[in-house]
Amino acid sequence: MDLAHLQAIAEQEKQRQRAIRLHCCTSTGCQAAESLQVKDNLKKAIEKKGLGDRVEVVGVGCMGFCGRGPLVQVEPERKLYEEVTPEDAESIINALEGGKATAKEGDPDHPFFARQMRIVREHSGEIDPERIEEYIAVGGYQALYKALYEMTPATVIEEITKSGLRGRGGGGYPTGLKWATVAKMPGNQKYVICNADEGDPGAFMDRSVLESDPHLVLEGMAIAGYAVGANHGYIYVRAEYPLAIKRLQKAIQQAKQNGVLGTQILESPFDFKIDIRIGAGAFVCGEETALIQSIEGGRGNPRPRPPYPAERGLRGCPTLINNVETFANIKAIITKGADWYSSIGTANSKGTKIFALTGKIKNNGLIEVPMGITLREIVLEMGGGVPDGGEVKAVQTGGPSGGCIPASLLDTPVDYDSLLKIGSMMGSGGMVVMDQNTSMVEVAQFYMEFCREETCGKCIPCRTGTVQLHNLLTKLLDKRATTQDLELMESLCQMVKETSLCGLGQTAPNPVLSTWRYFRDEYLALVKA
Amino acid sequence: MVATTPAKQEAKVDKRFKVIDVTLKRHNGNPEGLIEVLHKAQESFGYLEEEVLEYIARGLKLPLSQVYGVATFYHLFSLKPGGAHTCIVCMGTACYVKGAGKIIATLEENLGIKVGETSADGQVSLLSARCIGACGIAPAVVIDGNVLGKQDSESTWSKIVELKGE
Repeated sequence: MDLAHLQAIAEQEKQRQRAIRLHCCTSTGCQAAESLQVKDNLKKAIEKKGLGDRVEVVGVGCMGFCGRGPLVQVEPERKLYEEVTPEDAESIINALEGGKATAKEGDPDHPFFARQMRIVREHSGEIDPERIEEYIAVGGYQALYKALYEMTPATVIEEITKSGLRGRGGGGYPTGLKWATVAKMPGNQKYVICNADEGDPGAFMDRSVLESDPHLVLEGMAIAGYAVGANHGYIYVRAEYPLAIKRLQKAIQQAKQNGVLGTQILESPFDFKIDIRIGAGAFVCGEETALIQSIEGGRGNPRPRPPYPAERGLRGCPTLINNVETFANIKAIITKGADWYSSIGTANSKGTKIFALTGKIKNNGLIEVPMGITLREIVLEMGGGVPDGGEVKAVQTGGPSGGCIPASLLDTPVDYDSLLKIGSMMGSGGMVVMDQNTSMVEVAQFYMEFCREETCGKCIPCRTGTVQLHNLLTKLLDKRATTQDLELMESLCQMVKETSLCGLGQTAPNPVLSTWRYFRDEYLALVKA
Repeated sequence: MVATTPAKQEAKVDKRFKVIDVTLKRHNGNPEGLIEVLHKAQESFGYLEEEVLEYIARGLKLPLSQVYGVATFYHLFSLKPGGAHTCIVCMGTACYVKGAGKIIATLEENLGIKVGETSADGQVSLLSARCIGACGIAPAVVIDGNVLGKQDSESTWSKIVELKGE
């Protein structure tokens, strides 16, 4: 297939699409609230009214406002319905001809939507993730074509470097630099791995991207493969995401059938295939060296770096590992250019970031915002603050590796460096809001229990340190601890942080340290009298 | 390839081994396929009994210790049989902040078991998950593969009563 074919598919698809499209969310969250039934009923109602030639219902990916699902949006008039039940379906179709819908009408211009800037999620919730034609119709695989025919691997890497894109998995390593390192390595066999082992509790950005727009990730991986000289890619997805796995499998199959994956992609000499590997429930496998062990069929034990996977990764070959969201940014950068991309965000953090806004917050769901927006804007303006008049006490970012940011620091801009400075981190994008009734020591204990369970046990500081820290926190919560125990806790935190083998251990004390730093009163109040 | 494949020796014993054989064949006996083979084996047997682990070890020509090591490393693999129904309470941060702990406490008390155990009548296995990524509808519970959102102690327990009644 060549460019003309791609354009023909896009044209055909645009012809096929009906004038009025009802987007019905079919992501995991909405499916749990009967959205598939809603979709079926909408379809039946359209048939019953004989509107099939100008109205269609499309099962789409995530629209973002998960807390108010199932969502149905009528395009092009943009009318949004929230918390739709299967019984509402018929009235929604009637409303197209002037009737009144029984479903609750939402506001598509709500700050939750209006303040967003959608690059990765541009077509999430607008296209059917199970049909490659819809992806091609919105410009899909054009970036891959451009890379293959108008750019060399070196200029692709240059473009990514210039864009200022940094790894979206949490670490924030410059993506262009990583690509350049892999490209420079000698050897005929290299690999590209997409890390979709999204393990941070409270985070579901990657799941949503994979469920809503899987081809976007495949296209990014193929471009990466071309740039670094790899012909084989793997996506490592956690088993807890069955729908994402299903849609990825379908997407890979369709991409192969259409000649945008496989051999001689788009009639160029470039070959690239992608295989899926499914995790088995181990948080540590999000760490890149552990992930490679797991793809090789072993226990997910990390190993010391260097050598980094870029030098010696999967099967000992140079390997590029990026997160789902990182790959999902590539298409936009190649299409619109590095200058456009680097004009968004702050000096050292470019582009946008997706956050999963959850916890004690009125509007919960997924948002994509430009870097540099403040936490206050996200939590209070977009999120609407704590429901029922409660107060924001803290915002947790970065999952078990991050920290709790107190309400007094809500004016902090969201970028890699500012968050690190206040003892938290960007992380993969979980943002959990806590209200005045949340005990911060309990939160610290919750995360420590998580790390205690998830440590792989290879290095001693992490294996035993997390257990001892958990014991100390439990002792404190039982009001049996002394001030000496608190001193011990603090020094133990430093020790685990400085001496653990991998990122899991090195960051495990962060939730304790950040709550100790900002909510010390709560710790001291629990000390044995 | 060995002269007598494990399939030929034991296919008569249990059809479920066939599923494992297909996966072993696809990986051509490559040890890299171990995790996928374990997934398939657990799907077809419900859990990984010793005999199954031995069978896989032979199929991939790996020491049993290594197969056991991998099977016990990952949370999703179970070496014990589960109940007729499974109830997984998500304990991700969003669910936790919204009271998933209370749901677990209620279920533990009503079923008389702890998380990770199966009720005495063999009906319900109670598990907790790290995060199923359904944070938008927290607290979430997965009963027999169906995700239920915005749960509380009563709604989850009534679902379980319903299941047990069947």
